[in-house]
Amino acid sequence: MAEHGPIVSLDALAAQVPDGALLAVPPDYSGVAMEATRALIRRGVKRLHLVAVPTSGLQAELLIGAGCVETIEAAAITLGEAGPAPRFSAAVKSGAVHIRDATCPAIHAAFQAAEKGIPFMPLRGIIGTDMLRYRTDWRTIQNPLAEGDDPIVLLPAIQPDIALFHVPLADREGNVWIGRRRELVTMAHAAKRTLVTAETIQEQSLLEDERLAAGVIPALYVSAIAEAERGAWPIGLEGRYEPDAAHIADYVRTARSEDGFRAYLAQHVLAGRRAA
Amino acid sequence: MDFTPQELLIASITRMLRGLNHVAVGASSPIPGAAALAARRLSDGHLRVSVLGSRKNNFFTDGGRELFDCAAQGRIDAFFLGGGQIDGQANINLVGTGGYPRTDVRWPGSFGSAYLYFLVPRVILFREEHTPRVFVPKVDFISAPGVSEPNVYRPGGPYALLTGKALFAFDKARQRFRLETVHPGFSVADVEASTGFEFDRTAHVDVTPAPEPELLALLRGPVRDEVAETYPQFAATVMCGSDDKENRV
Repeated sequence: MAEHGPIVSLDALAAQVPDGALLAVPPDYSGVAMEATRALIRRGVKRLHLVAVPTSGLQAELLIGAGCVETIEAAAITLGEAGPAPRFSAAVKSGAVHIRDATCPAIHAAFQAAEKGIPFMPLRGIIGTDMLRYRTDWRTIQNPLAEGDDPIVLLPAIQPDIALFHVPLADREGNVWIGRRRELVTMAHAAKRTLVTAETIQEQSLLEDERLAAGVIPALYVSAIAEAERGAWPIGLEGRYEPDAAHIADYVRTARSEDGFRAYLAQHVLAGRRAA
Repeated sequence: MDFTPQELLIASITRMLRGLNHVAVGASSPIPGAAALAARRLSDGHLRVSVLGSRKNNFFTDGGRELFDCAAQGRIDAFFLGGGQIDGQANINLVGTGGYPRTDVRWPGSFGSAYLYFLVPRVILFREEHTPRVFVPKVDFISAPGVSEPNVYRPGGPYALLTGKALFAFDKARQRFRLETVHPGFSVADVEASTGFEFDRTAHVDVTPAPEPELLALLRGPVRDEVAETYPQFAATVMCGSDDKENRV
């Protein structure tokens, strides 16, 4: 395939994530670019500052286990019904990864601040939590518009270097359809560059269909798109395919030990792209 | 009448959702999820239910932030939180035990608790395991505090604590739990022995009422199928229906 315009190969997409990048990824219900994540691990990306918007599962788990992550910022890392994420837990306990604990709406608000080009967003709640104690970048001020005593927390804007996610549909102009998964819009607006994998890339512009247009992130925000059929596997893609629960349960059993995790990586990641 | 321990818990939660307009349930909460879906049917569809992570039982269209904005607008009446540790002031810990950040045991994280606990009027704490390692004198990490200083904006907070052994109410003025009922098969002494914090109680404590037959019919029929959409493993292994004799109380 000739590479021109926004459409690139999966490896070319992975090559656009530099070592040390502030990388934003979506939660498991929102289109996780797992095929691209495996390509990133194969290319040996290092020292990522990974921000989950606002939670992550197997994607963060694999990147952390493979040693690609220096700092993880998230409201939670979980494999859902399969249980806790073993390599994440081990890396936090050993200090191999630096954790910045957050709460879901704080991450959303920090991205909204970046999207608006403002330095911070105020948010209710949070006061009296230990997160606020350890997150020295979060500040409590007095509401300057209140008559009386009204403390409120400020979250600094998060402008990621890269937002990376997977969508059902894209077009050759670089528009991507995300439907109701609007956190992906906020991520793309906030990020300096947005990299997308898509189940299908169609010839016709997504913006020509009024019923699709409101669920489209326009090409303005999208740096590159790679086609990846079943690109969220073993995580599901809403409306397309279910999570591969048996695979994820097997993973949890295997990855309890470091050796088991290495064997999983060798078989499912380092061996190269699986047949779709 | 026979019923499972899980059906008793679901029934207890369902009673606390009567008369509400909108309840939201987290992605890893099958028992509250089943209770909310059952309460919706019992309310003739008046109660709105948002199950996070569900396609069918989630009407939000504005991304992950909408739930939180919705709570801030006062449009969510009840929500559920758990905790690896919960203490007598209703502080919850979803992060881990021991020191921080290098915890001895690490849990997934605080999710939206640090926000929703402040804004949702009726937060029901739910933790099936009722042991001193869960119900501790003081949590190791405060993901979300049970009480706040009077100057802190806080329309919401803890309402009740439901465990595998008992139901407690939270008294905001006294900043303490009060034992309401003890589940069949357990005594007040059992509850005291398995709770690491002090709580209030009256001289006589009732037994938690059995699930209503109408509710059991829902749980063993249409609600089980609804639950399976979001919590397939729970629906398959716990909500087994009427043939599951050995699991009955």
